[in-house]
Amino acid sequence: MDFLTLIQLLDSTVRLATPLLLACLAGLFSERAGIFDIGLEGKMLAAAFFSAAIAALTGSVWLGLLAGIAASMAFSLLHGLASITFRGNQLISGVAINFLAAGLTVLIAQDWFSQGGRTPSLMGGGRFEPLILPFAESIGTIPFLGPIYQELISGHSILVYIAFAMVPLTWWVLFRTRFGLRLRAVGENPGAVDTAGVSVVGLRYAAVMICGVLCGIAGAYLSTALQAGFVKDMSAGRGFIALAALIFAKWRPWHALYATLLFGLFGALETRPDVIQAIFGIKVQGALLGALPYVMTVIILAGFVGKAIPPRAGGEPYVKER
Amino acid sequence: MTLMHKFLGATAALALSAGTALADPALIFDLGGKFDKSFNESAYNGAQRWADETGGKYLEIELQSEAQREQALRRFAEAGANPVITTGFAMSDPIGQVAPDYPDTVFVTIDGWVPDQDNVLTIGFAEHEGSYLVGMMAGMASESGTVGFIGGMDVPLIRKFACGYAQGVKAVNPDATVISNMTGTTPSAWNDPVKGSELTKAQISQGADVVFAAAGGTGVGVLQTAADEGILSVGVDSNQNPLHPGKVLTSMLKRVDVAVYDIMKAGDDVKPGFRAMTLADEGVDYAMDEHNAALVSDDMKSKVDAAKASIVDGSTAVHDYTSDDSCPALSF
Repeated sequence: MDFLTLIQLLDSTVRLATPLLLACLAGLFSERAGIFDIGLEGKMLAAAFFSAAIAALTGSVWLGLLAGIAASMAFSLLHGLASITFRGNQLISGVAINFLAAGLTVLIAQDWFSQGGRTPSLMGGGRFEPLILPFAESIGTIPFLGPIYQELISGHSILVYIAFAMVPLTWWVLFRTRFGLRLRAVGENPGAVDTAGVSVVGLRYAAVMICGVLCGIAGAYLSTALQAGFVKDMSAGRGFIALAALIFAKWRPWHALYATLLFGLFGALETRPDVIQAIFGIKVQGALLGALPYVMTVIILAGFVGKAIPPRAGGEPYVKER
Repeated sequence: MTLMHKFLGATAALALSAGTALADPALIFDLGGKFDKSFNESAYNGAQRWADETGGKYLEIELQSEAQREQALRRFAEAGANPVITTGFAMSDPIGQVAPDYPDTVFVTIDGWVPDQDNVLTIGFAEHEGSYLVGMMAGMASESGTVGFIGGMDVPLIRKFACGYAQGVKAVNPDATVISNMTGTTPSAWNDPVKGSELTKAQISQGADVVFAAAGGTGVGVLQTAADEGILSVGVDSNQNPLHPGKVLTSMLKRVDVAVYDIMKAGDDVKPGFRAMTLADEGVDYAMDEHNAALVSDDMKSKVDAAKASIVDGSTAVHDYTSDDSCPALSF
């Protein structure tokens, strides 16, 4: 495998990891506050549709992004209502959101565009174009470091840079601010937070809404940056892989970055069976690589490699003592 | 009371005569709807052509959910429609359930498979022959000598596409390299345009300059990326040339419209069994229109048309992957 192939592989890794990373961080906020969210997939899908649809109708990808975030937040609100206000089962609410999004997107797409559940192809300003970082051309001529800067770091859509910037931001919010401390406390021991006079419900809603924003960006990235339009079920299980990454990362922001990059690398390798064959000398089935994230998560959950302990109050609705 | 009886008798007689004399064909559109720019729309066009030419009527329904499949079949069979035409593989099981209850009705499945049923007509397309033609086209259009194939879910049907395509490429350029990738092994592989894009980029970095996508919704991503990166692509099923004018080399057509038209024309006389829609039956073809006219030279076209004629008269045989689960031109 030559250097350029490696760069291309890593470039593909970054593209595939970005939606996973955003969804993973979304899940991190929600689950750290004690609200399990298996509706990441559904929210991403809804955001993917609405961002593509609004971008197609208005011709502005930024309006599309806003619409995607709004749609994702609406689903988050639904999840919040069901699991915080009405204290329903968080897993069931999440599953319901996944089904609702899968059906609703196709239904609305068919009604608006009559193209078999698709949106029209986005043109020009309807898409996020790759962002060429300054001096990419001139630095690109430097051996070794040049191609890394030009091919790998430069030339992604702005949402990729936002996603990567979210990692330190998430870490800072969760571990260096008062809000973050309270948010984590609400996931570990909501009773104590309540005793301190801080609203558990308010904090949990805030967390769920942040989750909605991040899922919205993830969905918009799929349909308006990676693709030029929406296709039914286009999230293709990425919300679930993000959940696996979240467990793999043991609910920590930096580890979430590493986990999603690793899972992204698996995805990238899956597209290059020839590279795998060149390295290992045997033909590896692509399906095996596709299954690896889940296999590794099961190994982690089983406690073979360290232990994954979820936030203690996760999954339980908070009932104030009276 | 007697008046009531007379009325009832009259309506019953009318209903009976309607049932026997007016055996209209029925057409069930699969999920995705009549105007899906693909399979269903093609079926609709065929039915409409028949209706316009003969002045006949046909019953139709657009399925909205999985649960309606069996219900729609029964309703049309009860209404006396014959034949009842369905599109898509997903109708196989519902037909298997319903067909034994209506032995006098012929059920037609396009692309489906219903074993051991006497009143079912199965329509299968010779995808390998159509893929061979677009493979030739790709082989001639490629400057790098490397072309790509991207399939949806890894099933024998898609390998049939890939195998025919590879044979076509090798027929015009024996030294050509064919890179073949499948998107996945689960049904989500049909709707993963993001992965389709990554596969396309991966194939481009391996030197491919024409890619053929037989991958449903995933193919949307393949065609998009090919157009963005400035290489040629080949569409599938319906004419996808207009999706990216000037960037889609051609499309492998499955003429569902021809199949539907033929069946409706046969009407009551349609015979159950198996019917292959080959090149000779105009069941498969490659697409030419104003969007790809500039990409296809007269030389390319005449070579492909010559190959077409030789497949039709039997002097060129295209190997069908599903006949023995192996491919001479490509290893999976």
